[in-house]
Amino acid sequence: MSPAKPSTATDDFVRCLWKENPTLVQLLGLCPTLAVTNSVANCLGMGSATMFVLVGSSFLVSVVRKWVPNEVRISAFILIIATFVTVADLALAAVAPGIHKALGAFVALIVVNCIILGRAEAFASRNPVGRSVLDAIGNGIGFTWMMLVMGSIREVLGNGTWLGFRIFGENFEPWVIMILPPGGFLTLGSILLVVGAWKHRQSERLRTRDLALAQEAA
Amino acid sequence: MGDLVWILVSTALVNNFTLMMFLGLCPFLGVSGKIDTGFRMGLANTFVLVMTSIAVWLLNTYILTAAPYLQLISFIVVIASLVQIVEMVIKKLSPALFRALGIYLPLITTNCAILGLAIFQTNRAYTLLEGIFFAIGGGLGLMLALVLMASIRESLELADVPKAARNMGLILILAGSLSLAFMGFAGLFSATS
Repeated sequence: MSPAKPSTATDDFVRCLWKENPTLVQLLGLCPTLAVTNSVANCLGMGSATMFVLVGSSFLVSVVRKWVPNEVRISAFILIIATFVTVADLALAAVAPGIHKALGAFVALIVVNCIILGRAEAFASRNPVGRSVLDAIGNGIGFTWMMLVMGSIREVLGNGTWLGFRIFGENFEPWVIMILPPGGFLTLGSILLVVGAWKHRQSERLRTRDLALAQEAA
Repeated sequence: MGDLVWILVSTALVNNFTLMMFLGLCPFLGVSGKIDTGFRMGLANTFVLVMTSIAVWLLNTYILTAAPYLQLISFIVVIASLVQIVEMVIKKLSPALFRALGIYLPLITTNCAILGLAIFQTNRAYTLLEGIFFAIGGGLGLMLALVLMASIRESLELADVPKAARNMGLILILAGSLSLAFMGFAGLFSATS
């Protein structure tokens, strides 16, 4: 996904937040987005672990990009990523054992999160270190904030709490399905439908405006 | 024997890899356009899952006892080389099957269901036979989810869906409904045991 015109370092950072958001637009890394977003605390743990791996592997891939032969680059990237994931896994188990247990196998599964290999292959292997790290941070934040949105919706509706704080009164009947697996699909599906409908309306509006302008000119 | 059947059925239906544990979503969303390709993808996955299960069991029993922290790195290397070997063997033995699977075969390396299987199998300390049944169940579950989704999407082609809703969101809502339906299988075991 190389940009058509030369982009600045700020572009690398900003575009992943919305315009090329890994979750919303590119639909990458959906497994963790759906699997661990049943509570906000899990999202924070998963987000920071992914961010760490993303930044670390982008940095290292960018540093070694001139020495890695083209034929074995994917294997080399995967090995770099797996190393950082192992570090993140052990660190999380030491710092936050509760969250580590709740995330379970999904910490190890960061290895196969397509966002990370995607950024290593499409960006870090072709760009200088500074910009690769910025790009990784942008993607990490883009990924994390979408997870937080999902997590907030699911925890508030499914459990009546946000980050563990009770936000409804005693009489609130939790919508349990939202923190179960189907809730993940339904929440992300609804978000994508709303965003899709909004974009559709925008493009329709642009088209009618262009049509009106063309008629005026004629 | 009962245990093995239990593992097979519970992995295929109750804890379906795709719909309940969110593993292998990429092929589920990417290649579920046609029933035929969905079925082939499921077949290829099942095959690789079983091979991985055996390889992981060997690794866990004979090698990784000395260095458990290398688990993840060795799993991913083994899976990547295994997929490559499987590809070469199939190409040699059955060129027809190789052509039928096409690009899907190498893509299996980055399928999280495979690494997921390796990790779950390790965490649950399955024996060789249990691991193989776990893999077959997982593969059948993937295939079932893929074929179900593909058949829904084939009829969706002809349906009158609002233009604004023609995106991945709709597919995910469908997946959510499928997932809801699969939750019903949870009663399968609590009712009998």
